[in-house]
Amino acid sequence: MEAEPRAAVSVGAGPGAAVSVGADGVISVRVGKVELGQGVLTALAQIAADALGADLGQVRMLPARTGAGPDEGFTSGSMSIARSGPALRAECARVRAACTAEAARHWGVSPGQVTVRRGEFRHGDRTTTYADLAQAAEAPAEGLPTEGAPANGGRARAPDAGARASEVPVFVGVSVPRLDLPGKVAGRPRFIHDLRLPGQLYGRVLRPPSPGARLTGLTPLPDLRVVRDGSFLGVLAETEPEADRALARLREAAEWDERDTLPDEHDLHTFLRTGPHETIPVRTPTNAQPTSDRPKDGRPESGREGEVHAATYGRPFIAHASIAPSCAAARWNTDGSLEVWSHTQGVHPLRRALAQILGTERIEVRHVEGAGCYGHNAADDVALDAALLAREAGGRPVHVRWSRRDELTWAPFGSAMSVDVAASVDAKGMVRSWRYDVWSQGHTSRPGYAGGVPGLLAAAHLEQPWTYPAAVDPSLGSGSGMARNAVPIYDFPAMEITGHRVLETPIRSSALRSLGAFMNVFAIESFMDELALAAGRDPLAYRLAHLSDPRAREVLTRAARAAGWGGGEPGLGLGVARYKGSGAYCAVVAQVAAEHDVRVRRLTIAVDVGQVVNPDGVRNQIEGGATQAASWTLKERVRFDRRRITSGDWESYPILRFPEAPEVTVELVEHPGTPSVGAGEAAQGPVAAAIANALTTTLGLRLRDLPLTRDAVVAAIQRE
Amino acid sequence: MTLLTVNGAVVEVRAEPGTPLLDVLRGELGLVGTRFGCGAGSCGACFVLLNGRVTAACDTPLSVAEGREVVTVEGLAPGDELHPVQQAILEEQAGQCGYCLSGIMISAAALLADDPRPDEEAVVAALERNLCRCGVHRRVVRAILKTTQ
Repeated sequence: MEAEPRAAVSVGAGPGAAVSVGADGVISVRVGKVELGQGVLTALAQIAADALGADLGQVRMLPARTGAGPDEGFTSGSMSIARSGPALRAECARVRAACTAEAARHWGVSPGQVTVRRGEFRHGDRTTTYADLAQAAEAPAEGLPTEGAPANGGRARAPDAGARASEVPVFVGVSVPRLDLPGKVAGRPRFIHDLRLPGQLYGRVLRPPSPGARLTGLTPLPDLRVVRDGSFLGVLAETEPEADRALARLREAAEWDERDTLPDEHDLHTFLRTGPHETIPVRTPTNAQPTSDRPKDGRPESGREGEVHAATYGRPFIAHASIAPSCAAARWNTDGSLEVWSHTQGVHPLRRALAQILGTERIEVRHVEGAGCYGHNAADDVALDAALLAREAGGRPVHVRWSRRDELTWAPFGSAMSVDVAASVDAKGMVRSWRYDVWSQGHTSRPGYAGGVPGLLAAAHLEQPWTYPAAVDPSLGSGSGMARNAVPIYDFPAMEITGHRVLETPIRSSALRSLGAFMNVFAIESFMDELALAAGRDPLAYRLAHLSDPRAREVLTRAARAAGWGGGEPGLGLGVARYKGSGAYCAVVAQVAAEHDVRVRRLTIAVDVGQVVNPDGVRNQIEGGATQAASWTLKERVRFDRRRITSGDWESYPILRFPEAPEVTVELVEHPGTPSVGAGEAAQGPVAAAIANALTTTLGLRLRDLPLTRDAVVAAIQRE
Repeated sequence: MTLLTVNGAVVEVRAEPGTPLLDVLRGELGLVGTRFGCGAGSCGACFVLLNGRVTAACDTPLSVAEGREVVTVEGLAPGDELHPVQQAILEEQAGQCGYCLSGIMISAAALLADDPRPDEEAVVAALERNLCRCGVHRRVVRAILKTTQ
């Protein structure tokens, strides 16, 4: 939470970044992407430093805000490095070219004769720095365009000569330590929860007790600063403990009409397959006949020719369950403008959503870090809460933090899913045709997505409520939602794949890290093991026999070798996928022991993310994603009765604890010439499948519904 | 007025005796390194040392802390120095969002004060009450074990 520097010179403001060179040599870079704890600003700083020919220490990444820097939408979908990296590189190269040209002009040489490395421009014995060039630019009628000059000033005077990207990367490819970690380890104010604005009030919102509840009565509380608009109810106080006490009294004073609106938690397959759906054709039936695998005489070698296998898999609703409840601050100024501080994944989409609800365009949203969110949690919702409460605060800023219970019960969930998969096989058990159907709620209700509605929670509770449609899915071209990774990585001769999106639901769902990929890879890779076992084949060999993609084969064989596959290690299972079909390749071997609970001993992972920007950053993302996925797979399930979400604390919504965390080893399979892709969502699906497959190896029975708890194992044993 | 000893200094605070210690630390005293996570003592984000014992500050009233030594993450090492655990967390890059780290480092510091050479089992057991959502568990364990070498 530092003051923003005043830039001496602004030489670049392209679509990828706003880049300013200060007279002190500090190069400020503002991108549209935000730090979510994933280390993206460190990786982007490395890219910027190399493209500038600057030292990493002089690059300063500024937090995203709507009033400055590019609109890059959401920081989501593992797209930051793939999308923002090249745009940032181009913008920084333009700045570097402008400065190179300036140095060349001073020296009377051509830009191509000037080199720059670690912030020093050189021609023969003569050197200058970004700081020197920026200082020179501050003098009138000389040098670079100053702030306020046309944004493309740097570009206009930037010939290509001297603008070549760094010949040898200095920082890209190196495990640079995270820039944000020292402050966090020292316990400094870093998070939005730590924000202290002058004159700040503290706000709390009393959420309804259940999704279908409406406020019917409120005992007056004249000594409290209560804010009410329809069923939206909040309170303002001078201090945080005072706000909590006021909230407790407000809870006592409110009367609600509640209704049973929720489905049967124990039969989500039926719930997801009932009622109206949108049909999403992912792969329409192909006419290709599986001839190549047939014996030449056209007759099967054994009686299994044409045999059909089928299975049904499921996952429950899963909570984002950030370790910090969502938080925001807002201030209405006397001129009618609104300022918002938020840990949103997209400052611009949030600004537009707030504008829709509040009826003003004069809104600035600034990003301040929160705890990890892992997708669309309540970060955007609490920003509206703060704006609504601040409207009654007489110009004072209001800081709002949700409770743990609200975070676990009112933030959107990752949708439950149900999958039918069927395959016909040839005489050798090889897949001839594949049919896959997935039923799910949509996987995004981010601001502006579903039908263009703002999507923010409190707006649905106002006197003049917004009504929101069910969550939608990103298009197939944008990575899809429920159909993400529904297309197998294998060379099946015929495939039919269909999504069925639930159109009416009382349960709010939105993007949870990897969206449908977690479930689809779990289902596909579990089923591949079932087919391999039915064919009497080793699961690794069986996969390789269906897999021609060389990079997929490489991660699979590397992970298997590292885990000692086929060497008599007990309790192993594997899973592999390429995220979104176009992102990172990831193969996982899990080692599982079934004791009192299902225990994952070790996850051995091979991953290929193309060119690696920060090797330790990739490892950290893969380790973390895998550990979180182990938690989803083994433990997590949103609980509810027909009226209320009941999993509102860490006892009723348990997550993986330290004694349960598996050892995770990561092998990076490097392909330096290939484009960089994200690492944050590569491991989730393969981890779930690997654990389930390992459990089958260990216990000899197959669990097809997540989570793989002790109770689920006991129930499966009783069914056998 | 309540007299508290926080990170070695005696301070006077105005809050009601029933106020959660966490609110006093983060509010009146401005020591925001201790984080709010659940308000029920079940996630570890708000852990502090109270007379050397790991304690959830969110459900400990101020009155209980009176007359006892409170140590927060800011007081693990004097001034700008870092406690060996903090140093090791940085060396191992054992963090992602970092929100849980304050409480984890408090648990680890208490363990090391009690047993300078814990084995892995002891480290993991000492962290059982700390939740981490980003999944840096094994990095944290490696970091703490590193301080014992």
